[in-house]
Amino acid sequence: MTVMQKFFGAAAALALTAGAAAAEPALIYDLGGKFDKSFNEAAHTGAEKWASETGQKYREIELQSEAQREQALRRFAEAGANPIVMAGFAFGSALEEVAGDYPDTKFAIIDMVTDKPNVRSVVFNEHEGSYLVGMLAAMKSASGTVGFVGGMDIPLIRKFACGYVQGAKAANPDAKVIQNMTGTTPAAWGDPVKGAELTKAQIAQGADVVYHAAGGTGVGVLQAAADEGILGIGVDSNQNYMHPGKVLTSMLKRVDNAVYDAFTAGPDMETGIQVMGIANGGIGYAMDDNNSALVTPEMKAAVDAAAAKIASGELVVHDYMSDNTCPVE
Amino acid sequence: MDFLTIIQILDSTIRLATPLLLACLAGLYSERAGVFDIGLEGKMLAAAFLSAAVAYVSGSVWLGLLAGIGASVVLAMVHGLASITFRGNQLISGVAINFLAAGLTVLVAQSWFQQGGRTPSLMGGARFEPITLPFADALSGVPFLGPIYGDLISGHSVLVYLAFALVPTTWWVLFRTRFGLRLRAVGENPAAVDTAGVSVTRLRYAAVLICGVLCGIAGAYLATGLQAGFVKDMTAGRGFIALAALIFAKWRPWNSLWACLLFGLLQAVALRYQNLDLGGVVIPVQVMDVLPYILTVIFLAGFVGKAIPPRAGGEPYVKER
Repeated sequence: MTVMQKFFGAAAALALTAGAAAAEPALIYDLGGKFDKSFNEAAHTGAEKWASETGQKYREIELQSEAQREQALRRFAEAGANPIVMAGFAFGSALEEVAGDYPDTKFAIIDMVTDKPNVRSVVFNEHEGSYLVGMLAAMKSASGTVGFVGGMDIPLIRKFACGYVQGAKAANPDAKVIQNMTGTTPAAWGDPVKGAELTKAQIAQGADVVYHAAGGTGVGVLQAAADEGILGIGVDSNQNYMHPGKVLTSMLKRVDNAVYDAFTAGPDMETGIQVMGIANGGIGYAMDDNNSALVTPEMKAAVDAAAAKIASGELVVHDYMSDNTCPVE
Repeated sequence: MDFLTIIQILDSTIRLATPLLLACLAGLYSERAGVFDIGLEGKMLAAAFLSAAVAYVSGSVWLGLLAGIGASVVLAMVHGLASITFRGNQLISGVAINFLAAGLTVLVAQSWFQQGGRTPSLMGGARFEPITLPFADALSGVPFLGPIYGDLISGHSVLVYLAFALVPTTWWVLFRTRFGLRLRAVGENPAAVDTAGVSVTRLRYAAVLICGVLCGIAGAYLATGLQAGFVKDMTAGRGFIALAALIFAKWRPWNSLWACLLFGLLQAVALRYQNLDLGGVVIPVQVMDVLPYILTVIFLAGFVGKAIPPRAGGEPYVKER
């Protein structure tokens, strides 16, 4: 009996400390894990930045299976974590279920719009970043032909493509853009062999800079570009390091800034849709030691000028998802 | 469509058909011996992962190839154990292998390299480099033949040539050797083989073992020949297309080659022309993607000849007492 009493006592003490530690923010990574060199790792970087600046702690969990999404959300909400940030559109349906049950807890979801009063939906203006890398591609291209390889053929990826074409045409009105989508099923996100073949086909048609928005398929795109001696462009996180000197730049989605913002706002975080664009540092392009020799000062100046115009609202990049059409081919 | 474009599409066809061909021949051995194998996909995936991982760690692509074959053979033996020794359902065992490989590769890759279920990119000696055949450069000036020899036939990795060489080899082994005769007999009428005093179990294990080796080469080609590293689910259904090709080829080696080349060509054309414009009629890319499966269904329905599987296929052999 005494053992049981001790056990309950310990459990109660644990519950109390959990209660006292309320209002710690929490971060849930998507499948793929914390150190995926991409999306989740960017979220982790943002959280670490907040932790080192404020000296406070946060809670985090790496999901191991689909079934854990709702469970993890509820556990953090029960434990009093606030706000709870989740990285990835795949949390949409789980959050839809959970958000209503914890009206006093704030949630932030990245890359997805969930219409609940206590949810912040963070979306990115990918078309703006694609516009910038499209400019770089067209300026770098000697043949005047650049390529785009998308993953699954969905409106979001068309949004990348449309921004890219607009940027390429802005830098060189005669530029030709070859666009390919890898497929129409989720398998299109993980087929590097097909990505490489698409890239080789585009090279055969004259492309000498190829941009990908294709997840794991893009690994094959960058590989083929490096093997064939042309330039690739990375996406989402900085992929310049994958083939130093062979990746022109990367279109950056600053997931880290989104997480940092949410953590900094704390329990008073504003809800609703938060658009991360060039204006608020949510979107950009990557410059580092791996590609500094590829981008000339003139190219950089032109792109930075365009970025400033987009930030000020002087230049509007058409968003494919606003009307499901693209003004340029 | 000019001559150079045709050469490029055919070049792409060869690259895309090679993994299909290897997997198709792997299935051919196994199914001719009466062991159905829908686990080709899983075995290729496991081989792709381990070959890339070992090639990265050791820096030697040949060690990677061996490791890939090893991984595939282990899974093949699991399939053999379940379906030959324990007389389980061969389809279920195959499905289990596919699931096991899909989950295990990502899990191990994540804990090993911590790159989201990927292996790091392979460099230098950790990849199969394209081989330039002799005189390819010298002949490049010759019209017509130059591009065909220099671009189409030369410039693939060693595994491609191996895969194509395996077609006549397989034909010879199956139709001209005693082992091949017995192997085919085991798939048609195992009782007769048993009566002749030849071990059915041993023959079927041999067939499953060969299947494992060939799937291993196919997976290693994907990860270290075509690509430079493993990515989650990188086989992307090629194991199933290979199965479709096997049925399309009526379980014959030479037909397998033509079937795989046809399916490879369909993929290559689909990749080159997203929407194929045939004089006014636009064929969307999705049609090209499903064509292998549609062709196989039409074939199975008996419209073009008849596809008769080995008679004892799918049934575990039980010795009468």
